[in-house]
Amino acid sequence: MLGYRLQKRDEPWNWGAPIVVVGALVFSLGLSALLLKVQGKSALDGLMVLWQGSFGASWALEDALLKSIPIFLCSLGVAIAFRMQVWNIGAEGQFALGTIGATWAALTFPDSPAYILLPLMFIASGLLSAFWAYIPAVLKLKLKVNEIISTLMLNYIAILLLDYLVFGIWKDPNGYGFPMTAEFSPSAVIGQIGDSRLHWGFVFCIAAGFAMWAFLRFSRLGYEIKIAGEGFRVALYSRLNFGGLTVLVMVVSGALAGWAGFIETSAVVNRLQPSVMVGYGYTAIVVAWLARLKPLYIGVAAYLLAALRVGVENLQLELQVPAAFGSILEGLILLTVLAGQFILTYKFVKKN
Amino acid sequence: MLESFIVPLLAATVQSGTPILYATLGEIMTEKGGILNLGVEGMMSVAAFAAFFASMTTGNPWIGFLCGGLAGLLMAAVHGVVCISCLGNQVVSGLALTIFGLGLSDFFGTPFIGQPAPGFSALSIPLLSSIPILGKIFFSHDILVYISFIIPIAFMLFMNRTSLGLAITAVGEKPAAASAAGLKSVRLRWVALLAGGFLIGLGGAYLSLAYTHLWTSNLSGGRGWIAVALVIFAFWRPGRAVFGAYLFGGVMAFQLRLQAIGTHIPSSLLLMLPYALTVFVLIFSAWRGRGSDAPAHLGINIEPEG
Repeated sequence: MLGYRLQKRDEPWNWGAPIVVVGALVFSLGLSALLLKVQGKSALDGLMVLWQGSFGASWALEDALLKSIPIFLCSLGVAIAFRMQVWNIGAEGQFALGTIGATWAALTFPDSPAYILLPLMFIASGLLSAFWAYIPAVLKLKLKVNEIISTLMLNYIAILLLDYLVFGIWKDPNGYGFPMTAEFSPSAVIGQIGDSRLHWGFVFCIAAGFAMWAFLRFSRLGYEIKIAGEGFRVALYSRLNFGGLTVLVMVVSGALAGWAGFIETSAVVNRLQPSVMVGYGYTAIVVAWLARLKPLYIGVAAYLLAALRVGVENLQLELQVPAAFGSILEGLILLTVLAGQFILTYKFVKKN
Repeated sequence: MLESFIVPLLAATVQSGTPILYATLGEIMTEKGGILNLGVEGMMSVAAFAAFFASMTTGNPWIGFLCGGLAGLLMAAVHGVVCISCLGNQVVSGLALTIFGLGLSDFFGTPFIGQPAPGFSALSIPLLSSIPILGKIFFSHDILVYISFIIPIAFMLFMNRTSLGLAITAVGEKPAAASAAGLKSVRLRWVALLAGGFLIGLGGAYLSLAYTHLWTSNLSGGRGWIAVALVIFAFWRPGRAVFGAYLFGGVMAFQLRLQAIGTHIPSSLLLMLPYALTVFVLIFSAWRGRGSDAPAHLGINIEPEG
């Protein structure tokens, strides 16, 4: 290109990574502001309202922290699969199965005390979601069925299954015909921490993040996952159990998404209804990639994108901007980060 | 039974298979050049809105159809900038394109929900449509359906008989060897990606201009993903893509008709059918062991030399 050409750097340019992310955020926000302008709204006002809603008030900070919990858990799971180049796009569906598992336990044993019911909901949601992720793993291993499409199709099926349940056999007879289950009994609700709006799911989040970090850093299996991610051939030569590892990462990521669903239904919604599905599973993919699949960065990125969601809700309220504005921003950020990342591995040199 | 249920069902099959057919052929073209584009769902959605909007403002559905194709091409160009120019990950870029595209069409489309636009209505072909049964099924549709009959044949001739088509196939298989033979690999990838994007866009345009004739939310409804799966089912061949697209068109039409008749099966279970079928289709293709028909360099970026 005009006297310059691309060349691979000898070493990746690590300091470039934060620059790329910040650059991508600025670029995406700028372009989205332009979209607001096209729709006849003031771009500057829009950005101010977005900022207000994201970081400008204490309620916004609290809201974002609440929303970051399910996003973080889903993303942690997606990331461990991505590390092995197993493309689990199914966090959304696995989240749905988690809500279903937890609700089944909550509706079947409403009178049990919390110390029995909550663990039961935890197990039911984890098992069901892990199973939902196990299906594409087995299809991939036994029949080489492409997991991207199978996990995606299972998302659609899971959401329709949820619809089927809340419109049908689980529908609350006292719900005035609305598609939702009866409200959970108090013992099926994960409680708040002290007087804050934050619930104990947050503590679980931190524990899960820490466990994942330690697992990837110190355990043999964590190391093997990293090696397997280098490619199928490498894994073969190093005598890794590629199939076993694939099942492991899928089941773990499924369970994590399922627990996100359990926490969301139990602590936030207190019942199962279709509106529990708001696309956290897809946001989780954006988060995982922004964070370069590292647990600590996932925490930061999950909070950032959760804040963005709250900001977009504020835009909806104040300026009647459609909720889809959030998806535009997420997609743009991911696209620009992907495009920008080439400066980490390549540089321009003068043609001789 | 035949006249009242089966023939209308098969006619509806052809109609609802048509957008999937356009999109599947577009994705085959893209993948033939070695690029995996998972953005089809988002591209179709954006194209559907662009087509609707252009047709509504100009009053001419043909301009709408063209604008749908161009919208698909522009979206594909975004994928090209990320993956061909900047060597970004093709899987993630495609996913991002879908998230972006679904958001974009919703964002601009929300104020227009329920509004009609001039579209294409049925246009029976004089002699052919009077053939018993077959005439009703194949030759009593809008003109875009008839165009979709020609495209697979043109596609096949282009791929197998023209030097450009063969060059694209070569780049999808072995770009390094193609470059060594004097072909411009990167440029050829752009051609395949943009041409495929245009076709995918036409598929999206069909949805708003001929399928619904008005704008509603979530118009693509998973058809983009089904198209991506059908490419595998079709073993990257246009002829089998026709079969696959009509198979899905059939299931979608059948499911709608069952709902309309009012069966006791809950609608959410019926709606699962196309998605469940996609999984089965993938299993079937894998069982036949033809996943290996994929272009050898599919999904892998061309590294700059030196």
